[in-house]
Amino acid sequence: MLLIRCPHCGERPEPEFAYGGEAHIARPADPAAVSDDDWAAYLYLRTNAKGVHAERWRHTRGCGRFFNALRDTTTDRFIATYKSGEKRPEGLR
Amino acid sequence: MSDTASSGIGMGTTLAPAWLQRVTPAARFVLQGGPSALAAAARALGIPDADAPGRCSGEGTTLTLIWLGPDERLLIAWLEDAASLGARLEAALAGQAHSLVDVTQRQVGLRLAAAFAADLLNCGCPLDLDPARFPVGSGTRTLFNKTDIVLWRRGVDDFHIEVWRSFEDYLVRWMAEAAQDFAPQR
Repeated sequence: MLLIRCPHCGERPEPEFAYGGEAHIARPADPAAVSDDDWAAYLYLRTNAKGVHAERWRHTRGCGRFFNALRDTTTDRFIATYKSGEKRPEGLR
Repeated sequence: MSDTASSGIGMGTTLAPAWLQRVTPAARFVLQGGPSALAAAARALGIPDADAPGRCSGEGTTLTLIWLGPDERLLIAWLEDAASLGARLEAALAGQAHSLVDVTQRQVGLRLAAAFAADLLNCGCPLDLDPARFPVGSGTRTLFNKTDIVLWRRGVDDFHIEVWRSFEDYLVRWMAEAAQDFAPQR
C-alpha cells in the first residue's frame, strides 16, 4: 500500500486521498483585466512535468484538508508534503 | 439489522451477525471552528478537546468527541438529546465563528465486537489497525471499501463505526460476506 504523509494526520493509505491538480497556481486577482489568452492559460495550461511536480492533494477520507506534495511523476515517489499556503520546499529532487 | 445482513448473501448462507450491533446514540453533531471555538465547546461539554489527529475524548462520560480534522470534531452524545445539547453548545459558542450541524439522523452507529474485528475491517479499510498504530481510544474518518466511515476503537477487538444512513446496507452486507472467512458458519 502506498502511504502518503498528510501534513495533518501523518502517514495514511493512498485510497483515502484525492488528487487535486498542479499546485501554486494563483487565480488572477482581477479576472476582468486579464486577456483571453492569459485567462485560458490560467485555466488550462499546466506544467506536465516529467520528474518532480508540485501538486495538490486532498485527504478526502481523513481530515478533509487540501495540502501540497512534491512527487516524482516518473517513479510516483512522494518527496515531500507540506501544508497549503506554505512555500514549495527548495532543493529537493 | 439481521434481516439486512441475511438477505441477498450468496450461497444460501444465513448470517445473523451477533458481532455487529446497531447502536443508537441520542445525538450527533459535527462542529467546525477555530481553536478558541473548539476550546469553548469542550469547556461547555466538560470534557477535554480531542485536539490531535486520531484522538478521542470523553472517556468515562456520556459524550464522545472525535477528531475529524484540524478544525472539525464529531460529537456523539449517548444520553443528552440533540435539542438540549445543541442549545447548550450554541450558548457557549455565541459570538464565535463556527458551524454546528445536527447530524443525529444522517448516520447510524454500528458496534463491531469480535476477535476477528480488526481483520474483518481490514478487508475493506486500508488503515493500519495494529493496536500499536491505532490504539484503543483512537478515532478517525477513513474508508471502508467505497464508503466513508468514522472508526472509533473502543477496545482491542471492539470498534464503533459511524456510517451515513444510506450506506449502512452496503456496509453490513459487505461485512457479512467478508466475515464468512472468519465467523463460524451456520
